[in-house]
Amino acid sequence: MTARTYGTRPPGMPEGPLRGRLIVVEGADGSGRSTEVTLLKERLEVEGHAVIDTGLRRSDLVSGEIDRAKQGHTLGATTMALLYAVDFADQLENKILPALAAGSTVLADRYIYTLMARAVVRGASRAYAQELYAFALRPDRVLFLDARPEILLHRSIAKYGSLDYWESGMDLCLSRDLFESFFLYQERLSGEFAWMRQQYGFEVVDGNRAPEQVHEEVLRHVMPLYDGRPHAPRRPASRAASA
Amino acid sequence: MGETPSPAHGFPGRLLVFEGLDGSGKSTQASLLGKWLSAQGYRVFATEWNSSELVSSVIRRGKKKGLLTPTTFSLLHATDFADRFERRILPPLRAGYLVVCDRYAYTAFVRDAARGCDPDWVRTIYSFAPRPDLIFYFRVSVGTTLKRKLASRQKINYYEAGMDLGLADDVEESYEKFQTRLKREYERIATTDRFTLIDSSRSVEQIQAELRAHIRPILENFPTGAALTHDG
Repeated sequence: MTARTYGTRPPGMPEGPLRGRLIVVEGADGSGRSTEVTLLKERLEVEGHAVIDTGLRRSDLVSGEIDRAKQGHTLGATTMALLYAVDFADQLENKILPALAAGSTVLADRYIYTLMARAVVRGASRAYAQELYAFALRPDRVLFLDARPEILLHRSIAKYGSLDYWESGMDLCLSRDLFESFFLYQERLSGEFAWMRQQYGFEVVDGNRAPEQVHEEVLRHVMPLYDGRPHAPRRPASRAASA
Repeated sequence: MGETPSPAHGFPGRLLVFEGLDGSGKSTQASLLGKWLSAQGYRVFATEWNSSELVSSVIRRGKKKGLLTPTTFSLLHATDFADRFERRILPPLRAGYLVVCDRYAYTAFVRDAARGCDPDWVRTIYSFAPRPDLIFYFRVSVGTTLKRKLASRQKINYYEAGMDLGLADDVEESYEKFQTRLKREYERIATTDRFTLIDSSRSVEQIQAELRAHIRPILENFPTGAALTHDG
């Protein structure tokens, strides 16, 4: 068996096989990520799989601290990167691992890759970011929704009526102009995702298209995970009948 | 103005670190050394690493819900240390101060190792913290620290006693076992991290005199505050 994490094994990680599957959907804000997560969850549940969804900044432990830090903008880059890592570690250990051990599918709306990209564009080295998250579990699939910056811009404006301060990377002082900063920031992030594609084996999905088309392609990547793999659970009767 | 960069970290200031178990006398000595340095006209910045509001509130919440694990505990303290480092240690170090730290990253190395975290991983997490110019390690017996702790009538807290590791049901017993683990880790890294060993069983005055002798070479040609703020 290959290593279950990207490096170090956190103390207390269960020894036994994890029966569930970890599926990650990554992509910029406006790439269609959350829509796809909703569609995929629905489809997997219809197929008879138990699905737990998770995302960033959802741990009970430090999400309040992160929100406060963002309002005050007082924390340094390293501190912020570590605070996000606490949040991630908490979700990994208290939510993702138990769900996988119980045989559920965990559907993650973003994972360590977004956190790494954000940390690196704010000054951390790639090596530091990689080592920081070396305790993270290797997902069974990482789907990366790739969309052009112009498309991201239009979707972002359609959704929020404006551009978000953080998604425009205003804290980086790339430009005082929100619009310009958004492009500069997204360009830097996508530069980080570019090297991670290879390194972490992303399945790149063209996110410029309509949600239904994106969903169809995602299913082609995801459904084989449930077909005759060694760690597959017993097939639900309905599925066996329709096959 | 002759500010020579430190051979350890390259900043114009100097970083002096005090490490050791709780009750080893390091805080008393760090404070006395700081006073002496200030009295001689050096610019001194003293900082200690105790739980901040950020860490203590999260720990309270985590403990209530039983959520903290060795990994989150480690990362949480790293967050706290990074905040202190970015705000309180690095600026004075760059400005040319003598920065006296009561506890530094080594505290995390020993504590996280005692909780079973991968030591190499922990070191990488703290790689933003440069090597100090001097690390004083206050060597003390675990029995002595426990006696001091009990005499001070401070309550031994849950994590300080390593109660999360299930070493013993009794707090005092757990404290003793956990401190023994911490001491073993300190001793394990003492040589490779080039700690300056301080025998803390001696009198306060004897120890202080020894610290002052150790620090003299560092002060050679190091500018005083007056030299930093005006010419001539």
